[in-house]
Amino acid sequence: MLNLKIMSPKMSQKIMKGVFWASGILTVLILLVIIGYILYKGLPVVNMSFIFSNPIDSGKSGGIFPMIISSLYVTFIAIIVATPLGVGAAVYLSEYAGETNLVKLIRFGAETLASIPSIVYGLFGLAFFVVYLGLGWCVLSGGLILAIMALPTILQVAEVSLEAVPSSYREGSLAIGATKWQTIYNVVLPAAVPGITTGVILGLARAISEAAAILFAVGAALSVPISIFDPARPLPLHLYILATEGISLDNAYGTAAVLVLLVLVITVVTNTLVERYSKKMMGR
Amino acid sequence: MTKYEEFLVEKGLFITAILSIIVIILIIGFIFQQGFPAMEHVGILKFIFGMNWSPSDDQYGVFTMIIGSLGITALSLLFAVPLSLCCAIFLAELAPRTVRRILKPVIETLAGIPSVVYGFFGLIVLVPIMRVYFGGTGFSMLAASLILTVMVLPTIISISEDALRSIPVEYKEASLALGATHWQTIRNVIFPAAIPGIITAIILGMGRAIGETLAVIMVAGNVAQIPNSIFDPVRALTSNIALEMGYATGIHYSALFATGIVLFIMIIILLIIANYFHYKKKVVIGGGYL
Amino acid sequence: MDYRIEVEDLNVYFDEAQILKDINIKIHKNTVTSLIGPSGCGKSTFVRTLNRMNDLIDTFKMDGSVLLDGQDIYDPKLDVVELRKKVGMVFQKPNPFPKSIFDNVAYGLRVHGIEDKSVLTERVEESLKAAALWDEVKDKLDKSAMGLSGGQQQRLCIARTIAVNPEVILMDEPASALDPISTTKIEDLIHKLKNDYTIIIVTHNMQQATRVSKYTAFFLHGEIVESGLTDKIFIEPEDKRTEDYITGRFG
Repeated sequence: MLNLKIMSPKMSQKIMKGVFWASGILTVLILLVIIGYILYKGLPVVNMSFIFSNPIDSGKSGGIFPMIISSLYVTFIAIIVATPLGVGAAVYLSEYAGETNLVKLIRFGAETLASIPSIVYGLFGLAFFVVYLGLGWCVLSGGLILAIMALPTILQVAEVSLEAVPSSYREGSLAIGATKWQTIYNVVLPAAVPGITTGVILGLARAISEAAAILFAVGAALSVPISIFDPARPLPLHLYILATEGISLDNAYGTAAVLVLLVLVITVVTNTLVERYSKKMMGR
Repeated sequence: MTKYEEFLVEKGLFITAILSIIVIILIIGFIFQQGFPAMEHVGILKFIFGMNWSPSDDQYGVFTMIIGSLGITALSLLFAVPLSLCCAIFLAELAPRTVRRILKPVIETLAGIPSVVYGFFGLIVLVPIMRVYFGGTGFSMLAASLILTVMVLPTIISISEDALRSIPVEYKEASLALGATHWQTIRNVIFPAAIPGIITAIILGMGRAIGETLAVIMVAGNVAQIPNSIFDPVRALTSNIALEMGYATGIHYSALFATGIVLFIMIIILLIIANYFHYKKKVVIGGGYL
Repeated sequence: MDYRIEVEDLNVYFDEAQILKDINIKIHKNTVTSLIGPSGCGKSTFVRTLNRMNDLIDTFKMDGSVLLDGQDIYDPKLDVVELRKKVGMVFQKPNPFPKSIFDNVAYGLRVHGIEDKSVLTERVEESLKAAALWDEVKDKLDKSAMGLSGGQQQRLCIARTIAVNPEVILMDEPASALDPISTTKIEDLIHKLKNDYTIIIVTHNMQQATRVSKYTAFFLHGEIVESGLTDKIFIEPEDKRTEDYITGRFG
């Protein structure tokens, strides 16, 4: 940190205030310029036919419809698998288990899962789902890898929101003779829904923007996947291939813009949902 | 509902809970099993400290990539830490309420932008700029670090801002009431008290930087060498795996898994350090030392 | 008469809500003045107006004037930092910094530019003695202040305030979070300090007001209903509402 001792406190106060304001503005500016640039270059490419048509000549021209379907498909599988597992684990941790060593180990496990680099997931997915289980390059392999990646996010957020449910709710239900599970199912879980939804959507956001983890699991098909055993090419992967193999800059811009828009829409929808739900819960 | 059903529910939930651990064991098991043949073939020390990566000559040493990963990460933290801490202090202490209410979600949203998008921006904007101003191809350690800087900013800002805001307002009031300026208060009271949380934030940012794959591939140049300057191309451990897995077989295939093991161990070390500070943070709030 | 603080026609608002209405009061030099009244009546807001702690709240607005030694403390040209040096504050909940006992007391001195180790040591000792804490902590000055009991922490906070040598010490219910024995110690301390400092203490404990203060002001719904000598207010209050409050007939 700057040595400001030679300056009067008032002087250093003024300087540092300027420094903090400048860094705040600079940070936001950097991030917005990047996103703004992508949207500025990409949005003109995005139109109905770009979204709804198949790529032509491995993506040199044409649209990205199969990639959008691939992204939605793998993400859907990831969320369908990860949500019950993550919420179930969170319920166990916050409602059933005490502060035992096993619980600490489970928490550490979730933390570890959350910080394993995505390429390591990619290796695991290749060795386990694709080769060992023999699923091959397909939507299912990719979806399952993404489910494992989304699991810790859902678990952690769900646990926090379950713990935030006031214990008076549980006592009220138990006092009228409900069993523990009835109490959890009818009282605790509904009260934690906004938090859990946030967790699920965060997991979803992580899954939809992932490329490295599914690099060796989904294949690189250019057609729309129908069955879960079909190969696929989700959007981030498509962008990576278009950009690094120099296939089409325009289509890369368009794909990037669609990805950015997807993430923005997901965030806005979550925020609105959660706000509306918590207002309803508060009786307003 | 019968007792028996209650029992089944509890056991079912228990299984979902230990699934995290099972998955980790599976991950470790499979990666080590696949990576082991290469480790055995080359020798663990030779694999880690070997300077030459040349699968066609049966040479598998990842040291240049360890240096590449660490170098890119260190450089990006050098840029990102001061900027994001100042930004976090700005958000937690200086920004007017309305400004904060807008900026905080914006920064959190940006944390969710796919890394491939940032990498793409690096490839089409940053690399050409660097080519013009610094010569060479533009693909370099510096380019990778700058892209990673942008990617870790939201992570570090968001967590350290939370840490700063969790400092009890009483500390701040006590300091101001003694006639300290706001900056003196931040420097001497708020910031020191938030250090454990800030370190956690930095380590998480570091984990994100070390683990990033595709964005780095797109701008780093990927030459397996010890760079002479920050303008030289480098290859990260992550990139090594992603670049070569497509065509690797035999020992080469196994060596890529072994690269994953090295990466995995680096992340575990970071995680243990982070956990240590996380633990300490709770103790401090409960009334310990600083 | 010799007044330290003169407040004229003070109104305070948070957003649209008016918290304080037409406050007029003069605080005598080197005496103890108690502010009593039910919770939510604006006492705390009032003392926080005197060292401009309310500036931390975005929605704070005020009009009227607050003079310290004849100078308007809300004058835009006035340096808030200088003001807070002169007007110290002890808070309701003891709030030592998570630093050593020594560093807590030395904190204010350091931020005002005193770095000389021997000066610091001397002033820390003086202040701890003045706060009647020295004997209890002299052997563990380098230990964390968080290890002290609540009563000790509060006296440490008083020592920390004294160390900067203020003219006025504001105390916002300083004993409300403490046990009876610690409370007695704080009250004894206030008696000792009143010769050197002008003390304004917010309390909801009327016995405490009679024990420690020469003057008392009764706050209700953001107004001062009555103020004057403590003895007079408690023995023959002029206002019916004051009488109701001190005799406990108040809702």
